[in-house]
Amino acid sequence: MVKLTINDRPVVVSEGTTVLEAARHLGVNIPTLCHFEGLTPYGGCRVCLVEVTAGTRTQLTASCTYPVSDGLAVRTDTDEVLEARRFVMDLLLSRCPEVPALQEMARQMGLTEPGFSGGESDCILCGKCVRMCHELQHVGAIGVMGRGIKRDIVTPFGEFSKVCRTCGACAFVCPTGHIADIAKISGKTPRPKLNEFNVGLNTRGNIYKLYPQAVPAAPAIDRNNCIQLLTGDCGLCAQSCTAGAIDYSQKDETVDLDVGAVILAPGYKPFDPSGLEVYGYGHLPNVYTSLEFERMLSPGGPFGGHIQRRSDGREPKKIAWVHCVGMRSEKEGAHPYCSNFCCMASLKQAIIAREHIGPDLDMALFYMDMRTPRKDFEKYSVRIKDQGARLIRSRVHSITPAGPDGDLEIRYVTEEGGVNDETFDLAVLSVGGVVTPEVIALANRLGVKLSHNRFMDTECFKPVTTSRPGVYSCGFFNGPKDIPQTVMEGSAAAAAAAQPLAPVRGTLMRKKEFPPEADVAEAEPRIGVFVCHCGMNIGGVVDIPDIVQYVQGIPNVEYVQANLFSCSQDATSAMVEKIKEHGLNRVVVAACTPSTHQPIFQDMLRTAGLNKYLFEMANIRNQCSWVHQAEPEAATLKCKDLIRMAVAKARLLEPLEYIEVPVNKTALVVGGGVTGMTAALGLADQGYRVHLAERKARLGGNALRLHSTWRGGLVGPRVDLLIAKVMSHPNITVHYKAIVEKVSGVVGNFRTTLSRNQVIEHGIVVIAIGAEPYRPKGEFLYGEHPNVLLALDLDQEISEETERVKNAQAVAFIQCVGSRNPERPYCSKVCCSHSVENALKLKELNPDMEVYVLYRDMRTYGEREMFYTLAREQGVIFIRYKAADPPKVAEANGRLKIEVRDHILGKPVDLEVDLLTLATAIVPHQNAPLAELYKVPLNAEGFFTEAHAKIRPVDAPTDGIYLAGLCHYPKPLQESVAEALATSARAATILSKDSLMLESTISRVIDENCDGCAFCIDACPFKAITLIEYMKDGGVKKTVEVSEVLCKGCGSCMATCPKRGIMVAGFTLDQLAAQVDAALEVA
Amino acid sequence: MSDYDYEPLILAFLCNWCSYAGADLAGVSRIQYPPTARIIRVMCSGMVHPNLIIDALTKGADGVLVCG
Repeated sequence: MVKLTINDRPVVVSEGTTVLEAARHLGVNIPTLCHFEGLTPYGGCRVCLVEVTAGTRTQLTASCTYPVSDGLAVRTDTDEVLEARRFVMDLLLSRCPEVPALQEMARQMGLTEPGFSGGESDCILCGKCVRMCHELQHVGAIGVMGRGIKRDIVTPFGEFSKVCRTCGACAFVCPTGHIADIAKISGKTPRPKLNEFNVGLNTRGNIYKLYPQAVPAAPAIDRNNCIQLLTGDCGLCAQSCTAGAIDYSQKDETVDLDVGAVILAPGYKPFDPSGLEVYGYGHLPNVYTSLEFERMLSPGGPFGGHIQRRSDGREPKKIAWVHCVGMRSEKEGAHPYCSNFCCMASLKQAIIAREHIGPDLDMALFYMDMRTPRKDFEKYSVRIKDQGARLIRSRVHSITPAGPDGDLEIRYVTEEGGVNDETFDLAVLSVGGVVTPEVIALANRLGVKLSHNRFMDTECFKPVTTSRPGVYSCGFFNGPKDIPQTVMEGSAAAAAAAQPLAPVRGTLMRKKEFPPEADVAEAEPRIGVFVCHCGMNIGGVVDIPDIVQYVQGIPNVEYVQANLFSCSQDATSAMVEKIKEHGLNRVVVAACTPSTHQPIFQDMLRTAGLNKYLFEMANIRNQCSWVHQAEPEAATLKCKDLIRMAVAKARLLEPLEYIEVPVNKTALVVGGGVTGMTAALGLADQGYRVHLAERKARLGGNALRLHSTWRGGLVGPRVDLLIAKVMSHPNITVHYKAIVEKVSGVVGNFRTTLSRNQVIEHGIVVIAIGAEPYRPKGEFLYGEHPNVLLALDLDQEISEETERVKNAQAVAFIQCVGSRNPERPYCSKVCCSHSVENALKLKELNPDMEVYVLYRDMRTYGEREMFYTLAREQGVIFIRYKAADPPKVAEANGRLKIEVRDHILGKPVDLEVDLLTLATAIVPHQNAPLAELYKVPLNAEGFFTEAHAKIRPVDAPTDGIYLAGLCHYPKPLQESVAEALATSARAATILSKDSLMLESTISRVIDENCDGCAFCIDACPFKAITLIEYMKDGGVKKTVEVSEVLCKGCGSCMATCPKRGIMVAGFTLDQLAAQVDAALEVA
Repeated sequence: MSDYDYEPLILAFLCNWCSYAGADLAGVSRIQYPPTARIIRVMCSGMVHPNLIIDALTKGADGVLVCG
């Protein structure tokens, strides 16, 4: 080992080290241009000059080539050294005055202008490129030729190099940008690697992460293009990785796993429209698939959320969406089913495109039927019309070039038969989803049965169970569906797999361990503030750099950092490191809302060894950037205020003790329909005790009146079987005529009182209380004419094969009765399919029967489309009516006369039918009392609200409460059953635990302030406070005591107390007052 | 912007379980409103001590909203 000093600081390094390396080891910065770790030192640029003293001799020398020796004294900061470097820099800049990198380096050294004029080169002859090509790539495509002013970097004989691999390593190391075009060396244009995640819209490096949130978060090497893996040369990345993480020897492995069940969730690929010539995809640059457009809209996408045309990079002002591309078609190369998600996806894209481009964006959506049957989707489609989008019911005939500028002409046929042409800047093909051949091969290998359209063939009552025992499936593979439903089905498959595996639950589990928490209660606050861009969501509106700069000036703020997505795994890991590195003891994240993201960041604090209550969020997205989009300056100011308020509170935060309570492993399921029974069985089969409360005297609910499922199976026998299973299950107790009357407690320990004062203690609750059909009052003669039925009545009549059904010569269905109107602005989802199925059943009974379906949009989504096709083939007549012009029903000669305006003829038509079925809305029961008891919000229509529409579709916002079936939103039986299973999986995440951690933000008594006046006891809505007396200093001291389990931290006590004797931890009066003060500081 | 030059600064104490969630939902729905409200999250509107409101008004807030 060698001992030397650098700027008087001693350092010990190994022999053979250069002075430059020793200085870097000490953290002393020496500028250099020609040095590159891993390449032979060259001493070419001379910028790294230092002063070395060996013995009595002192000299200026290039540190990159000077080896260390014992007793060497190095100085990097003397005036002589700096002057000498400045002179060298001056010469380099004089040679290459136009190179930005040199200009910047010169500026840092105090030089603004080159001392000599006339330089025209952009190469400083540092030789890095040549060394790189020779030493690491072992190629030698370039070399140095000539001497003095003729010296140059060239290929042999000045010809294109035959050995160059166009790897670009030379360009990578070039400090001046001299080697920019590798084609000049090889004669071959390098082919960029297209970014697969952005559907090839931009490029990526050879070592890359597929997308920022990828799991695991480590980058991967594209081995098909890696020089080291292909030839053994290069190895540059291993050399530069300070963590030593690169391992070229890794190979694919075949791993054998012993498992008790397999869940298939292979997903889908978007349909490739290049085979459908009429749309021009593939040869017209401005025709995009919906996935390409989606990536373009994404803030993390190829253009940072900016929408630009492939042909000229111009922002489009007029965009067309073409629905149903490759779907709902019997044509060659297309698919007969409906993909379910695409109508809504197009509507969403239009709304977001308008947000990006501005309110003047001309949006046209060419659709066949607008299929928006999920919760709140209908309102969304109404909203986009209000924003000026044109929804055009039509078939697109072709997309062709309109002029030479890349514009597109769309020819389409309207409903009335007219042919129109219109020019657009850009067209989006809303493509559906396709199960890939690889997935079909996998299914065949596993021996599971597929449907006609090669989706998984499942039964309605077992929606995630395949034909092979132990194999379950979910997601798009089970039939086309959108995100909430795939998420829900994922949970359902987990539940189905967990039932047979219940005995081995938890045997392979590892517990997450957190490091011990640092004691920072008394420490001076050192606050870290992390400001989130949330892609464009925040960063696209407010000025983040300005905010960061402002926050740095707030007292006690030790560290500020901006993140692109703070919640991504790599960002939270990086934040943990920053907390440790800067010794932070309070953390503020300025991002979205604590309702969804606080737990993620609190976990991050615990990982960093901090108490999770030392955390505060500033809501600068939901409550700032999203609601002040047009006022960026005012929004930026508000962000600063919100962060200042959060910091003010963070200063006063204290670590809180965690409270753990045991979990009661019993479930209560409210509602004894198919959904409730399935949930109860799902839980009971996993080994938990279940109480099933049904308000009526028998189980079965609405399903008792259903005839068959959409796949054709009879409902009756299956419901009977379900009832029998429930009644005989040893873990299930059924309570009939039981209504929830009183509820107390929280997740893990609820206490519910049912009718007849029956008290159930349970850890979770599943609400599955169903819904009911809307019963119109006098509309379409319902209730006035005996032959006007509701959909469920017709089911029953078909089941019983009544005379009037068998003898009917003509029947009609009217769709959307009581649905999709201002009073009930939602689609009831089941009715289109239900009517089409019943129409087919009637045709089966009597093929000569005239069957009419009067509809607004035919929403036979997913594989149900096949029945719509079949019904038309079998002669069922579909007549579309407009909401503004509904059919008129009157009695005529004992029959029913219906007058409706035919959408194709454009004329009124008279129909005479024997039976009329009204497909009426599904309306919620009186949900309000139950909603109030369990504190679950209802939406405007009275359905229960889930915690998150997409990612927590069966969880209520209140912990430990789950929702399934019609009480959440109208849906067909199969989806209700899947939801019921999903709730049993979600509930098991609580029931499988022995104890739960409760929130510690509850009331704490400050004994010295409390004199036992007991004002707070009456104020407490949870009866959590009791008055106690104890002996203190020889006298009786009155005070109050708070039950940790009962207290919810509402703070009514705190607001009532006249003596500051009780405070909610984490929301103390001082903490709230600090926020008030901070808010008003710059009013 | 409003037709008036004067935008009152309003301090809003919002309940975590309802109105704060409502303010979040306003964001999700992109409902636009003047940027002069400052929201303080409380676990229940019941915890807002009268002194907090008086303090806010005396220290310069133009209005205080307690919502829950």
